[in-house]
Amino acid sequence: MRLSRAVRDTLVGALIAAGALASVVLFVTTTYFTVLCLIGIGFLALPHLTTAVRWVCDLNRRAAARSGVPVERPYRPEPEEIERDIVGWVRRCKWILADPASWRDLLWLLLNSVVGLLLGSAPAALLYYAGEGLVLAAGLWRPVAADGTGRWYAFITVDSWPAALAAALAALAVFAGWLHLSSWILKGHAYFVLFLLGPTQGARLASRVRHLAETRSGALDIQAAEVRRIERDLHDGAQARLVSLGLTLGAVDRQLDRNTEEARRLLNDARSSSVQALRELRGLVRGIHPPVLAERGLADAVRALGIASPLPVTVVADLPGKLPDPVESAIYFSVSELLTNALKHADAGQVEVSLHYADGVLHGQVTDDGRGGAAMSAGSGLEGIRRRLASFDGVLEIDSPRGGPTVMKMELPCALSSPKTSSS
Amino acid sequence: MRVVLAEDLFLLRQGIIQLLEAYDCEVVAAVDNGADLGRAIAEHRPDVAVVDVRLPPTFTTEGLQAALLARRERPGLPILVLSQHVEQMYARELLADGTGGIGYLLKDSVLDDRQFIDAVRRVAAGGMAMDPTVVAQLMTSHSRDEPLAALTARERTVLELMAEGCSNTAIAQRLTVTEGAAAKHISNIFAKLMLPPSSDNNRRVLAVLAYLNA
Repeated sequence: MRLSRAVRDTLVGALIAAGALASVVLFVTTTYFTVLCLIGIGFLALPHLTTAVRWVCDLNRRAAARSGVPVERPYRPEPEEIERDIVGWVRRCKWILADPASWRDLLWLLLNSVVGLLLGSAPAALLYYAGEGLVLAAGLWRPVAADGTGRWYAFITVDSWPAALAAALAALAVFAGWLHLSSWILKGHAYFVLFLLGPTQGARLASRVRHLAETRSGALDIQAAEVRRIERDLHDGAQARLVSLGLTLGAVDRQLDRNTEEARRLLNDARSSSVQALRELRGLVRGIHPPVLAERGLADAVRALGIASPLPVTVVADLPGKLPDPVESAIYFSVSELLTNALKHADAGQVEVSLHYADGVLHGQVTDDGRGGAAMSAGSGLEGIRRRLASFDGVLEIDSPRGGPTVMKMELPCALSSPKTSSS
Repeated sequence: MRVVLAEDLFLLRQGIIQLLEAYDCEVVAAVDNGADLGRAIAEHRPDVAVVDVRLPPTFTTEGLQAALLARRERPGLPILVLSQHVEQMYARELLADGTGGIGYLLKDSVLDDRQFIDAVRRVAAGGMAMDPTVVAQLMTSHSRDEPLAALTARERTVLELMAEGCSNTAIAQRLTVTEGAAAKHISNIFAKLMLPPSSDNNRRVLAVLAYLNA
């Protein structure tokens, strides 16, 4: 176990060392072309070089993550719709040069050419040295000693069997060092990567602001679309029905004395028109804020969804208090959409919904035994859920291999207010 | 027939009182919140309570809770619950004690006065009056269960109508078949669901619903 780990660390270390050699080349060329940008030639090569630089940096970030030190990418997002002409190239260069992370990359390349080489090759060097000691001790010392020079291993001159034995012990100590220290050496390199290739506080805040701006405009878009839909539904539905109801009542008024039979028929029409208007309003209210959610809270509202679904739905909810209204609503509509998907697209036989709250995060999960293969695509219901949750910093995780089962995980950070007091 | 009414919207409360009185029902108390409902029922011991689900002060399911509480104190107290929306979950809570005298209808049902009064009378007599959408949902969610799956489509329709509270005659009319044919369907249903025959129509409907609810 430890052995295979050390072997893997040694290989990764070797890659890091190779990366360190590439660092030298990349540092020199990138610096060269960055300087050339000043006189206008460099900008043709700089974007390509930056791609290579970031690729090497990303590999080192991945190596760091492997050692248990996750390092986020700090780069600013690439500007959208870049022209493929000279102006586009200049804009790309501007984007690269304006990003402090690019300059930190460059500094890292310079330092890594030494640090990466030393730390990366250290595990391999230890292993080699242990091997050398063992081979010497096994007998290679004799021909070496025979030509009169002797051979040092660590602090031991290996020129006799007892010295060879001591060398063998020293070699074993080095081997043990390799076995135990390799992962720590890589971890050291990982912290070096984190120090320069991770986002600075400023970069992190900038990325947070960017995220908030995106999700806020997403939330506003959703809201505007909802309001528009409600307006249209009212306009084409209930409002129109009430107008026709008024017209019918006017006709009743005219017919009342002349033709009671006809008046009665018209009254019946008026009645069914009002029933229809009520039905439409009810549907609309459900879409805005489902009454059962207002009356019973999230857990029961989701149970009601389960009961109303033609599929057998098991609901397990463990919510020790009341969630904020907008969060409840977001989760409710997300679960509703996922249940609809399970029924319509997944052809599921049964569904499990679980909701629980721990450490400031609401976890929701919808699992079905359907055919799987669900994926996020633009304009899909899943994309809608993702956007809905994103406005609360929530995420939707899709695990839906072809052939099923599908597991949809939602995570939403939120505060919980004190436990609900029963109304009765 | 003596009725206690709980409805918080003034216009609707007056409308329902007028409607009930037009059909010789005496509204002995009309209240606008859950607490008063409990007191009115204890005081007047009505033949039926007509209750809006959502009442002050919480505007959640105050009316439903108060009605269920009153029913626990007086088992079998006939209750007709009205709501702007119907939820199977609430229907199940109402039906949970397995005794009769339960109605659960959309407020729209007051638009058709004869049908509404019919429902009130049926519930007061210990029968049922369930909203068709609730019945239909109960049916779909149980349609894969063993004994229900044995029913033919026609028999399922008949069962739904029974759950809504239709009499044999009404079922025959709705399906445009003879009353004898309707009765035959019904006895088939009872046989398939293994319910012992009984003379009391409402009790049989209740047994069917209690079964669906299990």
